[in-house]
Amino acid sequence: MPSSQPHSVRRSNAPGKPGFVRRYFQSASALNLMYVPALIFFGVFIFYPLIKGFQISFTNWDGYSPKYSWVGFEKYERMFHDKKILTTFKNTLIYGLGSTLLQNLLGLAYALFLDRKIRGLGIARTIVYLPVIISPLIMGYIFYFIFQYDGGALNDLVAVLGKEQVDWLSSGPRAVWIITLINTYQYMGIAMIIYLGGLQSISKEFYEAAQIEGAGWLSQFRNITWPLLAPAITVNIVLNIIGGLKLFDVIVALTNGGPGYASQSLSTMMYNLYFARQDAGYAAALGNVMFLVISIISLFILYTLRRRELRM
Amino acid sequence: MSRILSRLFLAVICIVHLVPFYLLLNLSFKPTTDTSSKWQPSSAMSWDNFSNAWSEAHLSTALISNLIITAGSIVLVVIIGSFAAYPLARHRTKWNGFIYMLSISCLVVPSLTILVPLYKFMVDIHGMDQYWAVILVQVAFALPLSIFLMTGFMGTVPKELDEAALIDGCSRFSIFLRIIMPLLKPIIATIVIVLGVQIWNDYQFSVFFLQKPDVQTIPVALSRFISQYHSNINWVAAGCLVGMLPMTLAYLFLQKYFIKGMADGAVKG
Repeated sequence: MPSSQPHSVRRSNAPGKPGFVRRYFQSASALNLMYVPALIFFGVFIFYPLIKGFQISFTNWDGYSPKYSWVGFEKYERMFHDKKILTTFKNTLIYGLGSTLLQNLLGLAYALFLDRKIRGLGIARTIVYLPVIISPLIMGYIFYFIFQYDGGALNDLVAVLGKEQVDWLSSGPRAVWIITLINTYQYMGIAMIIYLGGLQSISKEFYEAAQIEGAGWLSQFRNITWPLLAPAITVNIVLNIIGGLKLFDVIVALTNGGPGYASQSLSTMMYNLYFARQDAGYAAALGNVMFLVISIISLFILYTLRRRELRM
Repeated sequence: MSRILSRLFLAVICIVHLVPFYLLLNLSFKPTTDTSSKWQPSSAMSWDNFSNAWSEAHLSTALISNLIITAGSIVLVVIIGSFAAYPLARHRTKWNGFIYMLSISCLVVPSLTILVPLYKFMVDIHGMDQYWAVILVQVAFALPLSIFLMTGFMGTVPKELDEAALIDGCSRFSIFLRIIMPLLKPIIATIVIVLGVQIWNDYQFSVFFLQKPDVQTIPVALSRFISQYHSNINWVAAGCLVGMLPMTLAYLFLQKYFIKGMADGAVKG
């Protein structure tokens, strides 16, 4: 490290040092040594496991025994016939795209509403943002009190209305949407804050000019707000999609993937395959596909949205 | 929209968003014998739920684990991240551009996709149930965002500062330590908040690598406690409330920094 040479300029006159070492530490490229620790971290804990995982996905390894054999593409082929995995993929897409859509719609609506001067604004912002800093696992448990069948808070309301109580989490598709809503409730605060920042950075003069020309609220929104919010929209969509596709904690807390496999996401399914079913090869194959899917979706969205920003 | 209407709307938003917290608070103070509706305010304030949850979930040990892991990871992330960002921001060669892209691309690697090989690796290096091992993994996954934010921020620090110091005979490394480092305070605050919240609340890594009760973090200890006592809903509520308390208090007191920090982190992230 150059740290051993705090005053290299003075020391460079010291006799007996090989010239190239001395010159190296004075040059700007010696600074490159400073990112070596970070690269070691990436190499050991991210790239090595990625490569290793690729290797494991072609075996029938069970996760602990020293013996295993190569099975080629068997695990990948199996995925296409495995109904549970197909459900898992569908759920993951709903978690990712559904919560992105909801978080952005609600976050933008809240930001438009809160972008004005009324009392109590700060309190509302604090409250809407509060869930963001709470563990999603705890959030899942809290919402269990609301959606549980026996004595759940929602069913109490249903009973007051004189309707028949519903076992909310007993149906897979419904559980998937409930989880999507919880994820939306928890993280819409981020979208709201980013949109608020975006709105406040738009110069008021645009709106004043538009008002003089007699433009209505809708036309002001379409022609000023919407195009100038483009960067905020990009950030929010990419952020929410990546978060939603990786969803894990809330599902574990609320349904643990159930009923059956109906609300599993790719993350929970992988956990299940590895620890409960001891099928490490299959779990690793699923992990690789998940990596591929998330990278493609996020790169595609980033690319399209950036192009949209440029055109505007 | 008239003033009264928007006030009313604001109140509705606040109430709707507070409902889960009202239910949690109410449940955790209700005596276990009180089986009335979750909406109905507790007749008596019972602290038993808290003391039971505190001892049964081993929350005091969990709190210490959380503090060690979060503090250790954040210190390393800030040091290693700022070190790495300096050459990437200041010495822009083609090769360094590649290194930067490589670091940022780690952002999209979902931590769970490499669960299987990482778990095996942790067993091989005897890192199971060890704080240092979890800290190292947390650091590896927190570094990409940290490098991204730091590199972006250093780009806004004028290069003339470095050049002037270099002419004065300061070595390149001490320029970083003495001149650049002290200027990084705002971005370090952002990183501490964004990644601190993320590591503090982490469940995915902790649940795999910390299986012994005496090293478990709050989320892991809570999930273990809840799977054991899930029928006793008042204990569960009390446990959840205590578990989220440290972060909630920090948020309420440092609200401005939390909201600004997370928004900055997200916009630049």
